Amino acid sequence: MKKFGIKGTNKSIKSNMITYLMVVAVYIIVQFIIATGSMSSLMQGLLVPLCIYSIVAIGLNLCVGYLGELSLGHAGFMCVGAFSSAFFTKYMLDSGMNETVRFILAIIIGTLVAAFFGFLIGIPVLRLRGDYLAIVTLAFGEIIKNVINVLYIGKDSTGLHFSIKDSASLNLEEEGTLIINGAKGIIGTPRQSTFTVGVILILISLVVVFHLVNSRTGRAIMAIRDNRIAAESVGINITKYKLMAFSISAAIAGAGGALYAHNLSTLTAQPANFGYNMSIMILVFVVLGGMGSFRGSIIAAVILTMLPEMLRGLADYRMLIYAIVLIAMMLFNWAPKSIEWRQRHSIKGMFQKKTKEVQ
Amino acid sequence: MSFISYLVNGISLGSIYAIIALGYTMVYGIAKMLNFAHGDVIMIGCYIVFTMMSGLEMNSLTSILLAIAGCTILGVVIEKIAYKPLRKASPLAVLITAIGVSYLLQNLALIIYGADTKSFSSVVEMEPIKLADGQLTISGVTIVAVVICIVIMIALMTFIKKSKSGQAMLAVSEDKDAAQLMGVNVNKTISMTFAIGSGLAAIAGVLLCSAYPTLTPYTGSMPGIKAFTAAVFGGIGSIPGAFIGGILLGIIEILGRAYISSQLSDAIVFTVLIIVLLVKPTGILGKPIHEKV
Repeated sequence: MKKFGIKGTNKSIKSNMITYLMVVAVYIIVQFIIATGSMSSLMQGLLVPLCIYSIVAIGLNLCVGYLGELSLGHAGFMCVGAFSSAFFTKYMLDSGMNETVRFILAIIIGTLVAAFFGFLIGIPVLRLRGDYLAIVTLAFGEIIKNVINVLYIGKDSTGLHFSIKDSASLNLEEEGTLIINGAKGIIGTPRQSTFTVGVILILISLVVVFHLVNSRTGRAIMAIRDNRIAAESVGINITKYKLMAFSISAAIAGAGGALYAHNLSTLTAQPANFGYNMSIMILVFVVLGGMGSFRGSIIAAVILTMLPEMLRGLADYRMLIYAIVLIAMMLFNWAPKSIEWRQRHSIKGMFQKKTKEVQ
Repeated sequence: MSFISYLVNGISLGSIYAIIALGYTMVYGIAKMLNFAHGDVIMIGCYIVFTMMSGLEMNSLTSILLAIAGCTILGVVIEKIAYKPLRKASPLAVLITAIGVSYLLQNLALIIYGADTKSFSSVVEMEPIKLADGQLTISGVTIVAVVICIVIMIALMTFIKKSKSGQAMLAVSEDKDAAQLMGVNVNKTISMTFAIGSGLAAIAGVLLCSAYPTLTPYTGSMPGIKAFTAAVFGGIGSIPGAFIGGILLGIIEILGRAYISSQLSDAIVFTVLIIVLLVKPTGILGKPIHEKV
């Protein structure tokens, strides 16, 4: 079976440290550039989205690279995380709670709700494999987006009111506030996401995924990826480990969503931000960065988001370039002929690490 | 009476889904891959017809034939460039590549034609039939879609049963290696499957845009995914299954839109997919899949 890049444990600790250091170093450099005032406001506006994409890419990489299942529903988990956290913030807006505490709680809630949805969706979905799993996760993402677009929730002195028809049928009292207004989404969330928060969340996500993949659990997950039947025959509980990896992956996407929600004052569930194109964009980051490499995901997310902004002329062709990069990377990495060619022309030591395929 | 008219609309939409699903199911059955780009081939077919008719003012029949030819070539080219090198690679790699192709086609269309909606003039010039004192109107597109769908299905089934190439397809879908040993040209057979599937996509696209006359670069992706749902519903790999699945899904979607919520119609369709996959993953007419250790 295919291996997506297993590394030795000792090597991996070193490699993990490099990843942490890279994130911290980039953070310090960026802060330095901002302090000297030589960063354009356009670039500064990109910093938080960069963090969001990196976080969701880390989450998806856990699912694609380690669990070996393609999820096209991560935009849906992002959506759940975004809406649940924004809902909490909006609900608590007048309660006089400390802003920082409220924001931290909102992120935690976004993460937990996304994890719960990942778990809930994972139970039926993970029984399926391959193409079916991809299409069902896509379906779930679309369902979540659809449902949120018809959801109306309001708050007044008697408590919460729900409706899936319109805001009038909530029967709110005069002083009641509308929290989720159907397709208009959540309006007026305080913009609390900053680059610092984003980097902290990236670091936390990295700690979680590194600990997971280097643990006994992680090895069980990779065993399932490499050969499900063999893993089952040595007593690995397939459902448990798959669910665990999938929920954690969803949770990380949810954290990214929470960050997203607090980066905008208006949160709506549109095809552009939570549709399956978003899932595919994240997938491009994961594939380009290398499936199974979290560092790669971050680098790819940063480069692919920055590049079109820096080369303004390319902005129109951005998506086209993504598509070509995706196809080219897959052909280069996975076509048997290309693998053979690379082995013949490899620079010594550069590609030698690749383990020989054992069928 | 409104129920019957919804039902007719559902059958109309369903036959279009069925034609798309036929393409999906053939490719899935023979190449064992989910051709994610199938929906976007539909969109390309629509744009070809649109360009021919609005830009070059050709007549509809020539444009449709050109679109079928164009999509057939496109399908074969996609297969040759993107899928063939990955034939022995992991299914995940093939799936991601297919997503990449889908993305590529969408964005090519976006760059060439722009994101604005083009209004597509119907190619069907048939008077609607009025029944029951004008209370029930069946549009020309509906009749044409249903008839074409049935003709295509019967033609495909006969082709596979009777012709040598059809038998080769069956053999490849059963066991690629064994088929090769028996002298079947596997590559040629798979190319042919893509050609047929993509040609059908062009027909489906024209019907889809005649029934719902708006055309954007994303026109094909949702019907594509829904048609895949239909193919799974009916049992993937089975030609009559794709037909039944398509019709049922079309009816479910239109009735759901009419009686439950118009905004939730996509959600309803996808819920059907999930329930089918959980209860009977092989679909209505599908054969059980045995896993080899």
